[in-house]
Amino acid sequence: MENIYLAIVLAPLFGAIVAGLFGRQIGRVGAHTVTILGVAVSFLLSLWVFKAHVFDGAEVYNATVYTWMVSDGIRFEVGFLVDNLTAMMMLVVTFVSLMVHIYTIGYMQDDPGYQRFFAYISLFTFSMLMLVMANNFMQLFFGWEAVGLVSYLLIGFWYKRPTAIYANMKAFIVNRVGDFGFILGIGALLFYAGSLDYWEVFAEAEGMSQATISIIPGTEWSLLTVACILLFIGAMGKSAQVPLHVWLPDSMEGPTPISALIHAATMVTAGIFMVARMSPLFELSTAALSFVLVIGALTAFFMGLIGIVQNDIKRVVAYSTLSQLGYMTVALGASAYAAGVFHLMTHAFFKALLFLAAGSVIIAMHHEQDMRRMGGLRKYMPITYITALIGSLALIGFPGFAGFFSKDGIIEAVSLSTTPGATFAYVLVLAGVFVTAFYSFRMFFLVFHGEERFRNVEHHAHHDAHHADDHGDDHGDDHGHGHHGPVEPKESPWVVTVPLILLAIPSVLAGYVVGPMLFGDFFGDAIFVAEANDVLARLGEGYTGVMGFIVHGMMMPPFWLAMAGLASAWYIYMRKPSIAAAAKARFEWLYKVLDRKYGFDEFNAFVFAGGSVGLGRALWRFGDRLFIDGLLVNGSARAVGFISRYARFSQTGYLYHYAFAMIIGLLVLITVFAF
Amino acid sequence: MTFEIPDFMPVIPELFVLGMACAILVIDLFVPQARRDITYGLSQFTLIGAAVLTIALASPETRFTFNDTFIADGLSDLLKVAVYLITAVVFLYSRPYLQDRDIYKGEYYVLGLFGVLGMMIMISSYSFLTLYLGLELLSLSLYAMVAFNRDSARASEAAMKYFILGAIASGMLLYGMSILYGITGSLDIKEVSDYLITSSAGLNVPLVFALSFVIVGLAFKLGAVPFHMWVPDVYHGAPTSVTLFIGTAPKLAGLAIIMRLLVDGLGPLHHDWQGMLTILAVLSLAVGNVVAIAQTNIKRMLAYSTISHVGFILMGILAGTHEGYAAALFYTLVYAIVAAGGFGMIILLSRRGFEAENLDDFRGLNERSPWFAFIMLLIMFSMAGVPPTVGFYAKLAVLQAVVQVDMIWLAIFAVIFSIVGAFYYLRAVKIMYFDKPEDESPLPKALDMNVVLSINGLLVIVLGIFPGLLMSLATGAISW
Repeated sequence: MENIYLAIVLAPLFGAIVAGLFGRQIGRVGAHTVTILGVAVSFLLSLWVFKAHVFDGAEVYNATVYTWMVSDGIRFEVGFLVDNLTAMMMLVVTFVSLMVHIYTIGYMQDDPGYQRFFAYISLFTFSMLMLVMANNFMQLFFGWEAVGLVSYLLIGFWYKRPTAIYANMKAFIVNRVGDFGFILGIGALLFYAGSLDYWEVFAEAEGMSQATISIIPGTEWSLLTVACILLFIGAMGKSAQVPLHVWLPDSMEGPTPISALIHAATMVTAGIFMVARMSPLFELSTAALSFVLVIGALTAFFMGLIGIVQNDIKRVVAYSTLSQLGYMTVALGASAYAAGVFHLMTHAFFKALLFLAAGSVIIAMHHEQDMRRMGGLRKYMPITYITALIGSLALIGFPGFAGFFSKDGIIEAVSLSTTPGATFAYVLVLAGVFVTAFYSFRMFFLVFHGEERFRNVEHHAHHDAHHADDHGDDHGDDHGHGHHGPVEPKESPWVVTVPLILLAIPSVLAGYVVGPMLFGDFFGDAIFVAEANDVLARLGEGYTGVMGFIVHGMMMPPFWLAMAGLASAWYIYMRKPSIAAAAKARFEWLYKVLDRKYGFDEFNAFVFAGGSVGLGRALWRFGDRLFIDGLLVNGSARAVGFISRYARFSQTGYLYHYAFAMIIGLLVLITVFAF
Repeated sequence: MTFEIPDFMPVIPELFVLGMACAILVIDLFVPQARRDITYGLSQFTLIGAAVLTIALASPETRFTFNDTFIADGLSDLLKVAVYLITAVVFLYSRPYLQDRDIYKGEYYVLGLFGVLGMMIMISSYSFLTLYLGLELLSLSLYAMVAFNRDSARASEAAMKYFILGAIASGMLLYGMSILYGITGSLDIKEVSDYLITSSAGLNVPLVFALSFVIVGLAFKLGAVPFHMWVPDVYHGAPTSVTLFIGTAPKLAGLAIIMRLLVDGLGPLHHDWQGMLTILAVLSLAVGNVVAIAQTNIKRMLAYSTISHVGFILMGILAGTHEGYAAALFYTLVYAIVAAGGFGMIILLSRRGFEAENLDDFRGLNERSPWFAFIMLLIMFSMAGVPPTVGFYAKLAVLQAVVQVDMIWLAIFAVIFSIVGAFYYLRAVKIMYFDKPEDESPLPKALDMNVVLSINGLLVIVLGIFPGLLMSLATGAISW
């Protein structure tokens, strides 16, 4: 087995190295062939591993592959822990990655950085696999940072565009805040358990929940709670939870395929995966769970609201991703880890689908992203239309589609949860269902139905609006799609539509494994839930099968809220567009608040960025220039130079001076030690 | 006292070197100048043969012979092999230098071999007599080698200074030994040690005198402040090939006699010589590093750098623990390798009628030869103690040993002066990489020299990545 796991991890790395270092030699076709082959190998082997673990009941694999170093009894290793949770993640990651690889051939065909792009996404696949297959915190951290690095590189892929550079810096810096917490959390665990191995740390969990730590003198906090919250801060950065979510919408500056792969399906769910993996720790700390729950609920609802006022097609999907990540986090907080991971999986399929569909629309519109200049695309792009419809229905949780099962599972679990804050979270996630349906179908109707607004846009008007628009969506010019004016949309090539179709299939079907996933023992020992918190088990008592679940779901409020959202979107944007304008005028202040995204960016820019710059400048002026540079560095250098210049004169060259120095030395030794 | 026939097995390498040196001396008389390579080849053969013999005869147990005045143990085996190898490299580097200056004579190699023999005796000495015998054999060879280029006024001056000061130091060492003989009634290191253990008299004035004189003698040979004055003048004045020799192998022998005399013989007085060595170490670190900054001549700069390295070696010894001795041994071995490379670079850049002695001669070396600029960079980094070069681990080992015996202030002091020292090493690197070359002439192409110098430089980084190889040898050789 070890060789198979190694092959799964290393195949994409090999592809990345070949495409990255020898891209010029092997050319475009060579680059995409080698990387797609690498990922395809990973995918097929992952499929086999999934079968071996899930269907043939292979033993949980936990072994070290390579010992990097041993320092002070702490082993730094590369190792794999493969159980059902890992196998599922591997399958999701390699499948979505493969789809995105294929799709990229069509999306990036005119881009000068073609080979570089393939090298990056293959490198990403490698890093993500390292992350999910880790059996220790060191490797987890490596994967965590490596995916962050590739994300940074890809957001700034079009590095000549200032907005992209701004966005990737932002993503990098915000993630630094999260990672700071993350590594402190790992440090806290290491401090107590003296090991980086998952299982060894989990074995100490009981003791850790008793231990206390005094961070501010005079206060005693549970070590486990502190460690869990710190780890979760890492997850907040990576999985874009309030208030560390600010980087994700801006990350849409990157090419659409990576928005699908990294910023929707896989990397951003690393935080969710990590918390699920750490369930033996989180379960023992109610305070940490409560924190997770509240943060997740806030993200789920308030980020969804922002999605309503966005006009950039990719940003709508981005805010929807934020909101869905919030749902997953809520599930974790309610101890329904299985539901969270289940939603992670279904979301990976339908959100990758939605992003790729959005990308397909963007290609057809010649890199126009403003929905106000789309409309009526249904008859031009039938495949994109159908697949986007499937994705949207899955997203809003329409019965029978994948999202329905996972999201319903989460909402039901929260309603049963007794973790502090559960009631608050329940209200928010319920309201979130309406919001989700509303913005999803607002986007859907604006893009695919209604009048063909792209025909009304005059060349000049288009161009002016282009600059006036504050969402920075002038993506076209780098691609040779630069001709403006009326466009004639047409369906995208097969490399784009085939991945859409292949992703649409699991977006419908992935939900039907709800029984074993949520209520069976699919995850086995991978996820640990304390007896008292086990909401899914209580939920499972009433589970009678998939059909029963659907029928039951149709009688519950989430379904009706979703329908209400869908209907109001239809009524407002298809029937009476005047309502939207009137509401915007009536609730000017609310619109402003949402359009400004609650002012997080302004606050961060002013307080944190401004504060850091101010602090830095003050330290530079007084600490660096005056004290360190002036006094310490230059001062001591000058002193040494001064002494040196004079000390060399003691070397006179006269023999008797030398002999004299020796005699003096001897006398000093004798006198000092004899008396 | 019956006269027994001594066991000749442990001294076979010494006998071999002695025999070969005498033979080469005679053969050289009949070799025409054009065939001088014969002498060179025989000298290298002698060193290789001695290395083979030493390794073949090496055994883990300690062997004594000549009425217990001669010892062969792990330390002696390791140090002797190191001396052969370093000397072989020195001979190799020296050849083009000597040829270019028309002093490619057999005497250089014969004197070198006698020096090696002296070092071997020092390394294996277990009595004051043998120790002094070896020391003088080495010193006399070195005096003659410094004056080897007899037409050079500077070399003659340096040789004269070296000889006179060396005589004073030898006299002091001898005086210290005679006081010890007076107190203990023996010249045998083992018996001196036993006497000091049994007579719990502690430190009295005669002993302090003896100790002080002995330490002055040893400090002079190593070049510790304030007995260092000869070092810059001799390094500067001697032909570079001789500087190369003085700067490398004799340090290993110097460490050996410190181990035999101070650690083995005067071990019971550790507390007292620890204090004396501390003074010497502190002064060496400070003077060596600070004064090196003001030097513009790279040979003088390396001389002061040597002084500061001696400070580090003394720190390892004064810790007085197994780790400390092992660290000092490791440091000395590393120093010999790095110094050989450093002086080798100077020889490489020199040519007929031109001595690349000044720092300015290294200007823009990167443009003339990126590869050797890189080798020099490795050597400079290693001297400065920048990881991952081996110099870092050498310094680390010594500092660890000192910290273990709670002399943290000394460790901090050493680190601060290492930082001061980093300045002039990095300045050399800066000059090589960022300045424009003043001298555009291509580097000479001697294949053997280029290859060995490259290996020498790369060894610095290979040992830095795998310090365990050398460290385990050093730890294994130290039995205290």
